[in-house]
Amino acid sequence: MTKERETDTKTTDTVAQNPLSAYERMKLVRSQNRPKGSDFVERLFTDRIQCCGDRRFAEDPAILAGIGYLGDRPVTYIAIDKGKDLADRMQKHFGCPMPEGYRKALRHMKLAEKFGRPVIALIDTLGAYCGADGEERGQGQAIAENLVEMMGLRTPVISVVIGEGGSGGALALGVADRVYMLENAVYSVITPDGCASIIWKDAGRVHDAADCLHITAEDMVRFGVAEGIIKEDFDRFDSMCMDLKKLLLRDIDALSSQSTTRLLKNRYNRFRRIGIFEEPQEQ
Amino acid sequence: MKVEFLPHRNQLPEGKPFTNEEFDVTCSACKAVHKRSTLLRSFYVCPACGAYVRIPAKDRIRLIADSGSFAELNQSLTSVDFLKFPDYRNKLNKARASTGLKSAVVTGIMRVEGLPCAVFVLDSRFIMASMGSVVGEKITRLFEYATRKRLPVLGVTCSGGARMQEGIVSLMQMAKCSGAVRRHSDAGLLYTVLLTDPTTGGMTASIAMEGDLTFAEPGALVGFAGRRVIEQTTGAELPPNFQRAEFLLDHGFVDMLLPREEQRKVIGLLLRQHQNTKERRA
Ligand SMILES: [Zn+2]
Repeated sequence: MTKERETDTKTTDTVAQNPLSAYERMKLVRSQNRPKGSDFVERLFTDRIQCCGDRRFAEDPAILAGIGYLGDRPVTYIAIDKGKDLADRMQKHFGCPMPEGYRKALRHMKLAEKFGRPVIALIDTLGAYCGADGEERGQGQAIAENLVEMMGLRTPVISVVIGEGGSGGALALGVADRVYMLENAVYSVITPDGCASIIWKDAGRVHDAADCLHITAEDMVRFGVAEGIIKEDFDRFDSMCMDLKKLLLRDIDALSSQSTTRLLKNRYNRFRRIGIFEEPQEQ
Repeated sequence: MKVEFLPHRNQLPEGKPFTNEEFDVTCSACKAVHKRSTLLRSFYVCPACGAYVRIPAKDRIRLIADSGSFAELNQSLTSVDFLKFPDYRNKLNKARASTGLKSAVVTGIMRVEGLPCAVFVLDSRFIMASMGSVVGEKITRLFEYATRKRLPVLGVTCSGGARMQEGIVSLMQMAKCSGAVRRHSDAGLLYTVLLTDPTTGGMTASIAMEGDLTFAEPGALVGFAGRRVIEQTTGAELPPNFQRAEFLLDHGFVDMLLPREEQRKVIGLLLRQHQNTKERRA
């Protein structure tokens, strides 16, 4: 008995066949001139109050979090930001959040729950920060806590992978009621670079690894990991963000009309049915 | 679900589901080769050098559970190479043949010092106990079962992380299991984790760090990012006990170190302290 989930592909019909390979998309979303988390935040949310700190140890500038308006609705926004120039990028450790970043995000999700605001999370990271200081402060525990807390968060959550969805560091903001992928965004359990060095002991075979891992937006829809794909049009970035805003507002309306019990049940089942295995009947 | 509740002691004699088959186990610290029966008597502590030898999942259960009290659940679930990932099929076949297991996790119910408890144990011999669909599904089903039956859960973890051969589907198992942990917790039930060597990556970033209480075996490696990755990317000099159980204890992420000979006693006591857990007030 093999389980594969049927998915809602409402938004995919507007996207023409993407000619880029998985590897090409990975390179593209890593490029510096692609819009970053802060660019999306500026265009999607108005009248923002952006907040600092996790109230436990430090401020992590790799994650932007605050309150703003999506259209006329107050929302909590959380965005991983890779940064612009080199100084900014270094300060944000290239968009690899520290445990403090995930704890700051959780703090804002709890505030959103308290005040009945939806949460919009924008994901763009190679992965959670890898370093001795992150380990000392419980990088794994910080991510794990977000998974458990988001599973029970009593307010709608929508996540959008705007560039790279790097493993647990992305999932820590991705336990949502709806997940969208930008057209060229990728989402992966391990970086194709890391995967290539493990299987072929050859980091040069990233291209093959990217194919093997199935990291594209279409793959995410196929495996039930994402609900839809959002067309990219960075030449008309403002109008692209207007469309994205409309989509998010439409979803928030739909999710807000559900009872909290129903919302949490659906969120649980959304992840519960992901998994492909065989279960031979015992004699 | 086939097993309704804990079977009577007499229904499950030793050797079933446990095997008494003899095999050799090599101590990774001193390379001494020991008979399995010898190691079972010494809690898998190497008689030659005192190192903690990694324990096969079912022997681990045998060391913690009351004799004859364990009944396995969902043992037939098997992995599928649905991405046609290089060498995965071969790895699965080898792991199945060498361990006699169908997956990297054994789940079931047992008694410890007379008290019932649901249990999952990862087996590092099976593709480094990486967490794919089957591991995720079996652990999720165990928490769901324990929630229905109002049982505490003990998780004995070890893992190389998510199973990359199952791509994004393996990453999602972290969220799936966390959802089941959350429901179990919301029902006011106890989840205890025993961290063993090595617990890393996606497991550390999910079920291994979601316990109400977290114990660790002395010296166990527990971390999120790999030591080599950290050394390569940051060039940092890492202390010798980096990511060891003692390091986690110092940094506040573990409740106590639990030597093997004390595990049954302490887990039994913990179950006794929580045996009259009421439904949580709404
Ligand atoms: Zn030894």
